[in-house]
Amino acid sequence: MTVVLYLVIAAAVLAFVVASLERAVRYARAPLHLRWELYPVPHEKPARVAYGGSYFETSEWWKVPRHFSLIGELRFMVPEILFLKALRENNRPLWFRSFPFHFGLYLLTGSCGLILLTAGLSVLQGRPISGVVGTGLRETYTLGGVSGLVLALVGAAALLHRRLTAPDLRSYTTPGDILNLLFFLVAFGLLGVGYLLRPEGSAGVLTIVTGILRWDPTPQVAPVFAAGLVVTSVLTAYIPLTHMSHFVAKYFTYHSVRWDDAPLRDNRRIAAAFAEYLTYRPTWSAPHMKAGGATTWAEVAATNPKVGGEKRS
Amino acid sequence: MKDKTRLSDLSRPSGEQLLHLDPEDLQPLPMSRDDGSSGHAWAPLSQQVRDRYECDLDDTCALSLPRPKTPEQERELVGQFLAGLEKLFTRENNWTFLQPLLLTVEHCARCQTCSDACHVYESSGRAEIYRPTYRSEVFRRLYYKHVKGGGLLSAWQHGAIDLTWPMVARLAELAYRCNLCRRCAQTCPIGADNGLVTHEIRKLFSQEMGIAPKELHESGSMLQLKSGSSTGMNARAVRDNVQFIDEEMSEKTGLAVETPWDVEGADILLIHNAGEVLAWPENPGAFAVLLNAAGVSWTLSSELAAYDAVNYGVWYDDAQLARVALMHAQVAKKLKVGKIVMGECGHAHKALFVIADRILTGDLNIPRESCLTLLRDIVVGGRVKLDPSRNDFPVTLHDPCNMVRLMGIVEPQREILRRICPQFREMHPHGVDNYCCGGGSGFAIMSGHNFQDWRAQVSGRKKIEQILNAFAECLDPSRPKYVCAPCSNCKGQIRDALNYHDLWEKHRILYGGLVELIVNAMEDVTPGFIEWEWR
Repeated sequence: MTVVLYLVIAAAVLAFVVASLERAVRYARAPLHLRWELYPVPHEKPARVAYGGSYFETSEWWKVPRHFSLIGELRFMVPEILFLKALRENNRPLWFRSFPFHFGLYLLTGSCGLILLTAGLSVLQGRPISGVVGTGLRETYTLGGVSGLVLALVGAAALLHRRLTAPDLRSYTTPGDILNLLFFLVAFGLLGVGYLLRPEGSAGVLTIVTGILRWDPTPQVAPVFAAGLVVTSVLTAYIPLTHMSHFVAKYFTYHSVRWDDAPLRDNRRIAAAFAEYLTYRPTWSAPHMKAGGATTWAEVAATNPKVGGEKRS
Repeated sequence: MKDKTRLSDLSRPSGEQLLHLDPEDLQPLPMSRDDGSSGHAWAPLSQQVRDRYECDLDDTCALSLPRPKTPEQERELVGQFLAGLEKLFTRENNWTFLQPLLLTVEHCARCQTCSDACHVYESSGRAEIYRPTYRSEVFRRLYYKHVKGGGLLSAWQHGAIDLTWPMVARLAELAYRCNLCRRCAQTCPIGADNGLVTHEIRKLFSQEMGIAPKELHESGSMLQLKSGSSTGMNARAVRDNVQFIDEEMSEKTGLAVETPWDVEGADILLIHNAGEVLAWPENPGAFAVLLNAAGVSWTLSSELAAYDAVNYGVWYDDAQLARVALMHAQVAKKLKVGKIVMGECGHAHKALFVIADRILTGDLNIPRESCLTLLRDIVVGGRVKLDPSRNDFPVTLHDPCNMVRLMGIVEPQREILRRICPQFREMHPHGVDNYCCGGGSGFAIMSGHNFQDWRAQVSGRKKIEQILNAFAECLDPSRPKYVCAPCSNCKGQIRDALNYHDLWEKHRILYGGLVELIVNAMEDVTPGFIEWEWR
């Protein structure tokens, strides 16, 4: 049974990574779009970021090197990712529920990373990590994991309660939305109960991860804890298949849309891409489009439908 | 208002109006009548109009979409809609906005954070159909069902939806109950953009079904492509009108004013919204006075479309957007000007500077600059002598969404006003957090049936509230007040809304552009450039 558990966990992690990557690649490969930025844009000069200004405020801006500050973007992104700043500012009641949920997930993810690190190091050196480093790692991931689990559970319950009771959310809530939150509650609930109630001598998380790395099926996993791990694994694989994958989308919605203020001038990458797009042949059917699959976008744009559909020079 | 409208109600049979707004539903205006309404009665749509057109959404009608006569016609229209829906999600047809559209459609969590940012939703007393997520959620469910081919499992995960002709007709109308100001997108924690969804729905109807408001399409972009201007003015007419404006400006300012035309090699090709020439001639007149006084090398163009900055395609149709933008760029290239400077027109700024930027390839990517930076440089650079005491009256500034939230031009106009208007005060909120005037996305020029009632009472309500609050301590009609709106369409909407709510009569609140305030302060100009009379 332990091998089956290993397989489920490994497959879930693989599915999560592959599905997330597939989604990211799909968006990354989508055509560059017409500009659609929204200010403030945080890579601008700090003085401008403060009020939302842009390079369009500079006379003859095209003669001035474009300012791009990665630090500025990080200054925006870090509080946004860690503390859901936009939600806090614009929807405080939801933030009180969503923040613990998301921060709990971060703590759980971080703890999983530390467990993997601890297991990896012990596999590499052929014995458990001991001493100050080992103790520090164990205490950190235990504290992070337990508090993360509690926060995520509380947050998921609070979000589910709000989804079911707030009228403006209720009418937009699908059965799938309810399932998603229930899924978290069941998975993390089982995981927590299984972890706390597991018999002495049965495998803990570090033992299981080390077992997977060594592919050692001897550890005995308590049934409830195993069930928690299986359900959590399935949940992990399920997340990137849903809108909950907004951790992938958010990179693109900010970097590729809201903050994409790169002008065409002297940008060969954009120029090459748009040269290709203008050769596409649209099939839009409205008469004024003068499309129909035979003409390119460049030709459509150069056509004046009010002058006998003639192309302009 | 306790609005129980549900998503499925959009499919209710034809003839059933989904929303009726009573005056008491609307958000009360400050310092106005207790019931929040103005003295104007909202003219109901006549039964004849309701019988003839698809007007089953609310109390107004933007599209005048004829009712199909047979079930076969309905099925055909639904088929066209489905074809357009699929095309919106293909690379060949919609590379222009495919990525942001997919990101929004596939990730909106329907957390409703955006709802409180929407002035239409708030002003209406939170009518459910005006919620930013309402139309987006309908669209999203259609996407999963008909584009992704979702079955029962998909309906369970993403929500069920029935596609019927009444639903399609209501969705078409609903696409014209949003100003595309994208204030909702600004607040979204995920970065989803329900304003974009509205934009894309409009494109579907226009590009596939040929459905768009007459004012934007036939009398708008198509007329511009035919005669050169959405006002209908041909080159001869616009030159005659501008000559008349020059004469009037010369007489009024005491300076000899002459507008240069088609000057090859000029530093600047200035493009005005041609509506200014007809509705507010003092605006292009003031530009001529100021640019000549500052010694700027500039010209207007009498080439087709180049004497009208408007580009209505930006609101509903990518092809029309591209066609007009190309015309503007081609004229600048032909005239060999140093740069294009856009006059006081917000959507024209965004269309030519931002949205069309990447399709203006090669030598068509002419440098483009806002009139606001040019005006700032003239004022701050001391290129004309200014006497701020001539503008010693309360002034507030409206931030056009297209220039400010969507282009980041925030400070130049403020630098000017702080220098020349001693009683300048901000609206709240302002800058990139501003509220739309209510005329955005074409509404300012749409007045069919009773649409003007809707935009004065609903979409323009928040701006009226902001204006009244900005002047709260000086509402006494003995003190004239000025709303500075450096955008032609915003100015039109603010004019209509001020007039609708009798705010000139009650409080002497006037509106106008930015350049007029500068010329009003010019020492070399005969005092009294701004005339305190309603226009």
